[in-house]
Amino acid sequence: MTAFATDLIPGSRPETRLSRGLPGWALPVTTLAVAYLAVPLLATNYLFEAILLPFLALSLAGVGLNILTGYAGQVSLGSAAFMAVGAYAAYNFNLRVEGLPLIGSIVLAGLSAAAIGLAFGLPSLRLKGFYLAVSTLAAQFFVQWALTKFSWFSNDSASGVIDAPPLHVAGLTVEGPVGRYLFALTVVTVLTFLSYRLVISQTGRNFIAVRDNETAARIIGVPVLKTKLLAFAVSSFIIGVAGVLWAFAYLRTVEPAGFNLDRSFQILFIVIIGGLATIRGAFFGAALIVAFPLVLSRFGSFVLGDVFDSGVLDMSQRIVLGALIILFLVLEPDGLAALADRLRRRIGTALRRR
Amino acid sequence: MTQVLTLVLDGVTKGVTREASAVAFEKAPRASPGPAPDADADAQVHPAARLAAKLQASVDPGAGDAVLELVGVSLSFGGVSALSEVDLSVRRGEILAIIGPNGAGKSSIVNVISGVYRADRGHILLKGQRYGQVPTQRLAGLGVARTFQNLALFPGLSVLDNVVAGRAHRVRSSFIEQIAGFGRARRERLDARARAIYVIDFFQLSSLVDRPVGTLPYGLQKRVELARALVAEPDILLLDEPMAGMTATEKNEMAGFVRAARDRFGTTVVLIEHDIGVVMSLSDRVAVFDHGQNIALGTPAEVQRDPRVINAYLGIADADADTDSDDADDDVARGEAL
Repeated sequence: MTAFATDLIPGSRPETRLSRGLPGWALPVTTLAVAYLAVPLLATNYLFEAILLPFLALSLAGVGLNILTGYAGQVSLGSAAFMAVGAYAAYNFNLRVEGLPLIGSIVLAGLSAAAIGLAFGLPSLRLKGFYLAVSTLAAQFFVQWALTKFSWFSNDSASGVIDAPPLHVAGLTVEGPVGRYLFALTVVTVLTFLSYRLVISQTGRNFIAVRDNETAARIIGVPVLKTKLLAFAVSSFIIGVAGVLWAFAYLRTVEPAGFNLDRSFQILFIVIIGGLATIRGAFFGAALIVAFPLVLSRFGSFVLGDVFDSGVLDMSQRIVLGALIILFLVLEPDGLAALADRLRRRIGTALRRR
Repeated sequence: MTQVLTLVLDGVTKGVTREASAVAFEKAPRASPGPAPDADADAQVHPAARLAAKLQASVDPGAGDAVLELVGVSLSFGGVSALSEVDLSVRRGEILAIIGPNGAGKSSIVNVISGVYRADRGHILLKGQRYGQVPTQRLAGLGVARTFQNLALFPGLSVLDNVVAGRAHRVRSSFIEQIAGFGRARRERLDARARAIYVIDFFQLSSLVDRPVGTLPYGLQKRVELARALVAEPDILLLDEPMAGMTATEKNEMAGFVRAARDRFGTTVVLIEHDIGVVMSLSDRVAVFDHGQNIALGTPAEVQRDPRVINAYLGIADADADTDSDDADDDVARGEAL
């Protein structure tokens, strides 16, 4: 057996996967540099408020759901509920705990969402696929009902509406769209990085093992039940923080009805369109979902003029989006992330040929 | 036909060999340049100890001790009996083949041993521990690995990751440690990776480490599955039709790998196979099953001469063979059984 220990230099094999010319970290670092330096200088308030802030919050929610659905293979339709838990928990921690810093509220909000996620993840130990998806609907309806029914959650405001407190981070007050954008960007960056670390770890491999073959996973010693519950908890934590961003950084005023089933489906679509089991897919998917209605309305009013009112817009959005999802499922089941990969590879070969 | 052959094991030799293993463990040299496995995992079974035990067994193959025993195991599915009163003892370091016609209960045996099924009566002795149902979750920790009749890989993972996943039972670090990525988590990660790469080299899959396992041809996937089972350093390896659906060349190759795995790692192998030719050349002992009963047990040559075996395979027995559900999907391989 000494054979196992001999002539082994750990990590001697080069990580061949993504390196095609550029090192693997080049793209994320460039993107971050642009996001932190160039975007604040160039973007308009409209761009921050209407596109970038919802994009960031939804991307993070997508990253969270992708851990559960993409990696661990557990379908959930309760994402918006976990966002709501995060938003309302952060609001209450901020309101009721004296001197708690904003970061503390956010972490506690994430943990609250994780606890709720854990509770609603329990059926996953027995249920699979569609049955599990339906059981996660319970979270969706229960949370929305509880937040409306018990006015304590919204500090007795009418119909459960909450207003976000001013954001103080490390002695600074975050104000204006640019400040909120940078705040959201930082939270998303940190959590995305941690998520990436998680999915490439042994635990991330266990998620995929449980997804791909539960019996085999159990036989090789993956703690299947623990792994599933962990996926629910981690995913809900991230989605909960996304909810905080949605409420505090993007909308500033939210009500329980804003976290309805439509939102859950929206996040699920982000994950499917972006690409299951890819971190960057969530960002592609969110970009499409956020930008798409705006592009469509501009295009519509340009081509059709006055006929294209908000009602028509809403309808056409649904129709086109539905068609798009079907198209994706048929043509590119691996989503935008796979599409982007293929594009990059093609550009890479073209460059090398030159 | 109904007579059940049992092997009575020799309790005295069992004790002796165990003591010898313990001594070997004390004296085992620390693995030097490679990554050191963490102490508690190491203490369970030191590989050197196992090798020593294996060598001991090969010195006197007749007196090898039993690592695994089935005692009076019965199993039935809704009144259809799959196994009845099966006694079987597997010796340390041997390759034991289980053969038998359609629905003889071969897969049921592997499924009972790995805890997928619970025996209606009887029990299983695994390293001296007695189990009514082997706890599947702890199977890998108990030193048992298995492969499946139909492939059970993780198609979404690369070849390397599939094999690394075989070390899942040795992971002690929490997910937070793994995210941070230093200390214990880092040691475990590097250790699992190094061992996986070694086993992948051993199975000549090195050129395919980064390939998604789902894109490989069937024969190679079977090999990856065997690699994943072996990277766990099991004491006992259960192979449920490792060569089903393979060409003759692939079968010989696979048989070579199974034997090499036993010789190199000292693993006890229990395999189910239909191809009699492969079984006879590969295994140390053969257990023949028919109608859920062990009708013959012995060396390949002994078994081949046994009239009951000849009857089971060539006689009229096949006409009333009961259909065992878990054997139902492999008619092709069965056709070439004899």
